[in-house]
Amino acid sequence: MASVSITVDGVRYEDTVEPRTLLVHYLRDNLGKVGTVVGCDTSNCGACTVLLNGRSVKSCTVLAVQADGQDVTTIEGLAVGGELHPVQQAFHDRHALQCGFCTPGMIMAAVSLLADEPNPSGEQIREGIEGNLCRCTGYQNIVRAIGDAAAAMRTPGADRTVGATAGEGVSA
Amino acid sequence: MTVTEDRTAEVGAPRRRKEDARLITGRTNWTDNIVLPGMLHMAILRSPMARARITQIDASAARSQPGVVDVFTGRDIADIQGSLPCAWPVTEDIVMPNRPPLAVDAVNHTGEPVAVVVARSKAAAVDAIAAIDVDYEPLPVVLDMEAAIADGAELVHPDKGTNKSYTWIFDSGAAGTGGSTDEAFANAEVVVKRRYKQQRLLPSFMEPRSVVIEPGGPGGGFTIWSATQIPHILRFLLSLLTGTPEQKVRVVAPDVGGGFGGKLQVVNEEMLAYFASQRVGKPVKYTETRSDSLLVAHHGRDQIQDIEVAANRDGTVLGLRVNLLANMGAYLGLVGPGVPLLGAFMYNAIYKFPALRFECSGVFTNTTITDAYRGAGRPEATYAIERIMDELAAEIGVDPMEIRRRNWIKHEEFPFTTVAGLTYDSGNYEAATAKAMDLFGYDDLRAEQASRRASNDPVQLGIGISTYTEMCGLAPSRVLGALRYGAGGWEHAGVRMLPTGKVEVVTGSSAHGQGHETAWSQIVADQLGVGFDDVEVLHGDTRSSVKGLDTYGSRSLAVGGIALYQACQKVIQNARPIAAHMLECDVNDLEFTDGAFKVRGTPGEGKTMADCALAVFAAHDLPDGVEANLDAEAVYDPTNFSYPHGTHLCAVEVDTETGTTKIRKYVAVDDIGRVINPLIVEGQVHGGVAQGIAQALFEEAVYDGEGNMLTGTFVDYTLPSAADLLDIVTDRTETPAPGHPLGTKGVGEAGTIASTPAVVNAVVDALRPRGIHDIDMPCTPERVWRAANQGSSAALGVVGQ
Repeated sequence: MASVSITVDGVRYEDTVEPRTLLVHYLRDNLGKVGTVVGCDTSNCGACTVLLNGRSVKSCTVLAVQADGQDVTTIEGLAVGGELHPVQQAFHDRHALQCGFCTPGMIMAAVSLLADEPNPSGEQIREGIEGNLCRCTGYQNIVRAIGDAAAAMRTPGADRTVGATAGEGVSA
Repeated sequence: MTVTEDRTAEVGAPRRRKEDARLITGRTNWTDNIVLPGMLHMAILRSPMARARITQIDASAARSQPGVVDVFTGRDIADIQGSLPCAWPVTEDIVMPNRPPLAVDAVNHTGEPVAVVVARSKAAAVDAIAAIDVDYEPLPVVLDMEAAIADGAELVHPDKGTNKSYTWIFDSGAAGTGGSTDEAFANAEVVVKRRYKQQRLLPSFMEPRSVVIEPGGPGGGFTIWSATQIPHILRFLLSLLTGTPEQKVRVVAPDVGGGFGGKLQVVNEEMLAYFASQRVGKPVKYTETRSDSLLVAHHGRDQIQDIEVAANRDGTVLGLRVNLLANMGAYLGLVGPGVPLLGAFMYNAIYKFPALRFECSGVFTNTTITDAYRGAGRPEATYAIERIMDELAAEIGVDPMEIRRRNWIKHEEFPFTTVAGLTYDSGNYEAATAKAMDLFGYDDLRAEQASRRASNDPVQLGIGISTYTEMCGLAPSRVLGALRYGAGGWEHAGVRMLPTGKVEVVTGSSAHGQGHETAWSQIVADQLGVGFDDVEVLHGDTRSSVKGLDTYGSRSLAVGGIALYQACQKVIQNARPIAAHMLECDVNDLEFTDGAFKVRGTPGEGKTMADCALAVFAAHDLPDGVEANLDAEAVYDPTNFSYPHGTHLCAVEVDTETGTTKIRKYVAVDDIGRVINPLIVEGQVHGGVAQGIAQALFEEAVYDGEGNMLTGTFVDYTLPSAADLLDIVTDRTETPAPGHPLGTKGVGEAGTIASTPAVVNAVVDALRPRGIHDIDMPCTPERVWRAANQGSSAALGVVGQ
């Protein structure tokens, strides 16, 4: 067994884990952070994406011991003080999710993408989330949502919410 | 309480979804999230062989591993495990092999469960699986459908004496719904015959299947949480399969991460978790890996379609013959044999064929079972007919849109009874097509195509058309009965008025991404005059949603929506005497408008549904003989299918030097009748089209010659990513469904049904000047390159290496 000290969503946890424990299993089974899910076993689907020190990682491809001493943000820690992160808000506004299983990973990947590229083109968004699979949406509304979130986050002093964009481009 | 403000209609508004709040914050309740006191974990040893006799299993080492509570094999439960059900024996003499949850003496496909471990942790269970030793005696495998039904073929089930499960025939001459195809083909000036292959697909819902079973106390029974589309059907069948009284079985489908038909099944794993929980007397959880899921969760499509059109030289169609081989896999799934039948009535599509003959045989092979996958039978049929209409156009030398115009049912001809015996209630193919061609820029793209052809541009432009319709809203129970399906097609809804004026709605259709909670709230808000946020929609738990037939076949709104509408009408009826009493008027003088009962013809305050709910709760002053109840339930059994339609247009750029296909423009104009929520509808179209494009260009489940799955991970089974797809253009025409009080038609499968032929027609169109008239799906760069360069001996030389 190995001792780890990992900060997850702002709380420091000290645990002993089997060395083979994957970060995603540590999050789900040890901490009950079941908002982060497992969608595959080959690191293709990205459903388990979390932020490790602010950068996206597939938590099925990181051992819990590799996160020792580091800072993890999951989908459950993204909203601050009950206020949705602009990416979460944009996913809601743009109907960028259906079954919602890929959504936690997709949102975390998008947050990381926007940290790297605050003003991405549609093509950059599509390439930026290439490692996250969605079977429901055809990605079109996900791309729109990430574009909206980018715009909202670029606006200085802007409200963190994306605003009333629902229905834009949708013929009623 | 009075109503003064004007109410805005909820139906038709792009309401953002109620469901999202928990899904975007990770506060979800997937089955794999469930943890119960004392819960144990199950792992399954699966066969590495496609066909073999099991000669011995030694599980002694596994039993002594730390944390292992129980190990069992097929022999341990052989007498009690029964057979997994097939609910659609399509013919009287159908061959139905036993489908044991756990193999006893033989395995018939890779991945078939062979042994089960129950342990304290999932890791311990998986570790113990590796310690089980199985001796297999390999047997020859049956994989190719045509070889399987040839004389002297090796048999998947030797005791059955055949690899053919059934042959089902529809002949319009015999049925009296049309003429004889023999005559039509004898008199034809033009006959076009093609063979199309529907490759095997993997539904690939994002949430792997998962099940938790908690055995009941001394009273018996059990609760099962399962990532299923069909909690109600599952309850009924689990009761029969386990011999548990139905009232002792509770099924919960909590948050379910996609289905697409792939979770329309009663699965080995549910039964094995049941047996495990019974043996150890504890809750048991099983969650499959993605590799398990792709290997054994039922597959879709996998048909060989021989299709033949007879026509006059002017392109008027005279007759259609279809001969189908449908790969059932090693056993029969829950509705697997019926899937081709759902296509049988759709081959004539939107065209006025005077004669139709359809014949289908279900074939056993040593592969995973096939069953419903988004569209189930209709995408296959639509693909074949839309492909061959293009071939007919090429044969007689007209634009493929023109051949369709000459043969489709005209707007003024509705309702129209087709050669397959279905009555299409409504449609306007002209309007959808005109809108689609306008958005697409059809003529400009044809001009560009001509210029690229003339200049022998290495990048050729192809234009593909799909003018589809489909039958959904499954389904009239009598029709299902006539087709020998084991259940009905009705749906249930309940509306409960709470004393504070809030509403609980119960629906029998179980959502897994479709947005029922939002759309149902919109309908109820308008019908009862309550707020959108005042409605709570309950589904997916047989304890709260006691009755239903679940979600598949684009039926939730088309069928369940009417049940909901009718339940609302009953609530209004129940409230009428109470409102009349409060308003001191005669019931016949009441009208219910804008959310309130008012005395007809008089201004002034009315009484809302909330007023009535509170009056009923107090029950201090109800009229004599009036029950203190507003709540109501309704069951609706449709009298016809729902027939959405539309025109999809696709332009592709095919690089003849590399074989790559790039979709340049995709326009989808769908007519799904009246729309409850355009945001949700657009999402359904996006996702449906993406899955259809995936069949056309990317996805194929492949077995090697020994029956090993070669595409068992997302590395090899190439689900499209965002970078592989494009922004499509969507729009609608609206021809309300006349038989539906809300005017809606189904939309869940339309995109998938329409898009595959649109894309492949475009790819073939790009290469037609090179003599190409077909490319097998998926149209990979290799296949396209080979087709584009088949005339070149140098290229063939390269291929030969």
